[in-house]
Amino acid sequence: MAKHEVTMTINGQSVTAEVDSRLLLVHFIRENLDMTGTHIGCDTSNCGACTILLDGKSVKACTYLTVRADGAEITTIEGLAPEGTNHPLQQAFHDQHGLHCGFCTPGMIMRSVDLLKNNPNPTEEEIRWGISGNLCRCTGYNNIVKSVQQAAKEMAKEKEATV
Amino acid sequence: MIPANFNYHKATSVKEAIALSSELGEEAKYMSGGHSLLPMMKLRFATPEHIIDISKIEGLSYIKEDGDMLKIGALTTQTEMEHNTLLKESYPIMGDAIWLTADPSVRNVGTIGGNIAHGDAANDQPALMLAMRANIVAEGADGTKTIPIDEFFHGFYMTALEPSDILTEIQIPKAKKGSGGAYHKVERKVGDYATAGVAVHVELDDSGVCQQVGIGLTNVSAVPMRLERGEELLRGQEITDELIEQVGQIASEDCEPESDLRGSEAYKRSVVNTITKRMLNKALERARQ
Repeated sequence: MAKHEVTMTINGQSVTAEVDSRLLLVHFIRENLDMTGTHIGCDTSNCGACTILLDGKSVKACTYLTVRADGAEITTIEGLAPEGTNHPLQQAFHDQHGLHCGFCTPGMIMRSVDLLKNNPNPTEEEIRWGISGNLCRCTGYNNIVKSVQQAAKEMAKEKEATV
Repeated sequence: MIPANFNYHKATSVKEAIALSSELGEEAKYMSGGHSLLPMMKLRFATPEHIIDISKIEGLSYIKEDGDMLKIGALTTQTEMEHNTLLKESYPIMGDAIWLTADPSVRNVGTIGGNIAHGDAANDQPALMLAMRANIVAEGADGTKTIPIDEFFHGFYMTALEPSDILTEIQIPKAKKGSGGAYHKVERKVGDYATAGVAVHVELDDSGVCQQVGIGLTNVSAVPMRLERGEELLRGQEITDELIEQVGQIASEDCEPESDLRGSEAYKRSVVNTITKRMLNKALERARQ
């Protein structure tokens, strides 16, 4: 079983590695790159704890082969905002108590980035459907929805300020 | 969970993929989105020796009307279909189904071709394809073939595709005046496979008589199922509430569900009855608009 050389950009940095065909992207990120912000929950593409952005789209990294990410641009929770600052979604989850144990939070936030990119002003129902592939077993989702709503408002303001 | 080891091959054209598959033999599997195949490999239900990655092949991602047909490239993702204006405006049945298929992150990667080629009666698209009488276009070692949907599904995960065949395009008769479709499935939670699902497509003439009808059922049989007896009853008739009631009853009788953790056989038959009636009404409403 031959190894494969892959090169991808992760959080703005180019990474090249030799990997097995079967290495899952989530294991590559966590174990080869020591970036443990991306979590493994169910490992069956149900829970969304491993959600990352692959070429700008939310993807469950437990169900993606590392070899297939050759040439891709990947963002994980670590790369969402410059060190020491918070992305509006991170700030909103903090302000609105959008987490209890925090295990689902990185995936929830990465999924919400994609959601707000495609729908900057979602209704509550659209948010609930939009995060339907991400499970939280603590909050009952209400504060997560509020967090996404706050972030949507903040991001709209930021956008207005830059126009 | 980690899949058993395999050799990975990336194909950059359909021709290259077919050549690879012909060379590697039956132990090679194509992977497009991989969101059905990879989970099965992780559970070791599937242990292919070779994976031929077809997801990077260019030119197989499109949605267009061409002549009498709606044509969808096999590598079109479910998300691309969800946001497509043509499908939203003229083929609302697609939106019904995609909204209920898995979740947004899975739909970002999963493709329509994969959903059909997987040959799983639990997937949503097979029922739609049966209802809309799609043709499946495949390329293989012996050239291009067009397979009517009624000849496509052969058994549990078995289709008319030969090992080296690649499903390249789905062709669906173009929406016309007086036609309409609808799909719904009952699911235990968002993103689950259907407890039971029903796709309906009707075509009415100017006087409201049903010229053509298709009814496909999801996850209530080993092979994606057409409700033939129900279709026969409706064809050539003005569809009345009484006929709809009868077709619902027929659906509950003719489907072949098994009791499992999604519900008992009796419950599923009852669900099929109810959704069949609702989707007939919804399809008719859309056809009359």
